Amino acid sequence: MYTQGLNAADKAPPAIEDAGRLGAFQARIDAEQKIEPNDWMPEAYRRTLIRQIAQHAHSEIVGMLPEGNWITRAPSLRRKAALLAKVQDEGGHGLYLYAAAETLGVARETLVEQLLSGGAKYSSIFNYPTLTWADIGAIGWLVDGAAIMNQIPLCRCSYGPYARAMIRVCKEESFHQRQGYEIMTVLARGTTAQRAMAQDALDRWWWPCLMMFGPPDGESQHSDASTRWKIKRFSNDELRQKFVDATVPQGHYLGLSFPDPALRFDEATSHWHYGAIDWDEFRAVLRGDGPCNRDRLAARNRAHENGAWVREAALAFAEKRRRKAAA
Amino acid sequence: MATTSIAVVDDRLFAAVLARADDALILGHRLSEWCGHAPMLEEDLALANIALDLIGQARLLYEYAATIENAGHTEDDYAYRRDPHQFRNILLVEQPNGDFAHTIIRQYLYSAFAHAFWQAMTSSADAALAAIAAKSVPESAYHLRHAAEWTIRLGDGTEESHRRAQDALDALFPYTGEMFAIPETETDLIVGGILADPATIRPAWTASLDRILAEAGLAKPQSTWMQSGGRRGRHSEHLGHLLAEMQILPRSYPGAIW
Ligand SMILES: [Fe+2]
Ligand SMILES: [Fe+2]
Repeated sequence: MYTQGLNAADKAPPAIEDAGRLGAFQARIDAEQKIEPNDWMPEAYRRTLIRQIAQHAHSEIVGMLPEGNWITRAPSLRRKAALLAKVQDEGGHGLYLYAAAETLGVARETLVEQLLSGGAKYSSIFNYPTLTWADIGAIGWLVDGAAIMNQIPLCRCSYGPYARAMIRVCKEESFHQRQGYEIMTVLARGTTAQRAMAQDALDRWWWPCLMMFGPPDGESQHSDASTRWKIKRFSNDELRQKFVDATVPQGHYLGLSFPDPALRFDEATSHWHYGAIDWDEFRAVLRGDGPCNRDRLAARNRAHENGAWVREAALAFAEKRRRKAAA
Repeated sequence: MATTSIAVVDDRLFAAVLARADDALILGHRLSEWCGHAPMLEEDLALANIALDLIGQARLLYEYAATIENAGHTEDDYAYRRDPHQFRNILLVEQPNGDFAHTIIRQYLYSAFAHAFWQAMTSSADAALAAIAAKSVPESAYHLRHAAEWTIRLGDGTEESHRRAQDALDALFPYTGEMFAIPETETDLIVGGILADPATIRPAWTASLDRILAEAGLAKPQSTWMQSGGRRGRHSEHLGHLLAEMQILPRSYPGAIW
């Protein structure tokens, strides 16, 4: 999902913690009590959450780039305003999430540095290019749709600030998803060229969207602890299946086809069965070798570097005013 | 062919409304170019907010222009199917974003005018314009506050920010004269109380400028030479590129609805 990089193992040495405190902590989680910033928590819980929330925040921020690519070319004033508002929402999600991470004792600047240096992960999906206007529809429908599948359970995550941020975010994501599907609907019912544009976007985004849920359950190294701590409530494969089941009929309703010859409805399980995912591609994109990884990081770094003098000016000005007020 | 440019009627009120819509759209478009690339996340959000307000104002004005023209045109026809020489925005708003200082100074110079303009327009004899003005006043007040605060911060920040802000002010100041010029076609509208008289707006604009520039430690450019042409459709080289990008889809796909 937005936090696929969590499937890598935590390399820090395990902290020695008091068994009684750990037991009491787990009991609170089991009783569905929320953990708040000032509560005691195991180091590994704190580290896992920081990594997950930071990756989620970075994904929102990097995610502004592929869609931002079409703001100046949106085909009507209504679409232009809606897309700009959507990308702005994603930036807002990044802000709440950085704030949620800060409650765990890590500064936003530190997290941003990790993103800019290439040391932090963000969702693989944003390393694919937006080539036509239909990609804006496909992203809203599929990417926001996949994000919702993952984030609705996160609204019940054991860490209070993250859960509350997710409630706010989910409301906006479902609006984005409806808006994306509506763009696809108009294209699918439009001219021949528009229908072809919609089909091409689905062809290109479908598999990368399935990869958003992360590696298959057998390979995920982080799920056990996250499940015990009620950070994660469904497995990668469960969420992926939910997404496929919800999305395939929506695509068929538009008269679009999915780029998967193995896709079929399984009467016995009442699920849509899908073909094999190309995990080599997934690992390559996560490693930094996707179609746009370098462009995305370069764009973030450029914005950061070009803005350095502005941030310095704001700090210098605030300092001058503080001194003046104190004098 | 739906991709060809439209012709618009020659009507004074229509032209005046269209010109203000063009100001708002072109500046909103410019600000939207920042989205995802601003110096800090908070500014990505703020610039997008201002862009959204301006695009919203443009849409209301185009909608009103369409009712005046009564030729079956829509907001999108005006935005996407006119050629550069048919746009009537002032040159200031089409100037490229440049660095953050250029964007802020451009916004400040425009918003200081627009805020006073929309305030005056709330008592327009034209009820539709007065209603659009009432909606625009709080928006332009926010735009002005945001840009003025940044102008002060940049002017009185570091040596570099001061230099950049002063450069931006020097470069953009010659485009401010056009805000106060009265095209011959608008004199009747001013006399009739439909359009605000720019002469009555100038004192508020000048007072804001004097106060903000003094606080920012920036020098008001002394040059009295002013660049104009936008209201007559004589634009800078920049507008053609902006429109080529903005209009590409409706121009490329005849008859398509998006
Ligand atoms: Fe989001
Ligand atoms: Fe979203």
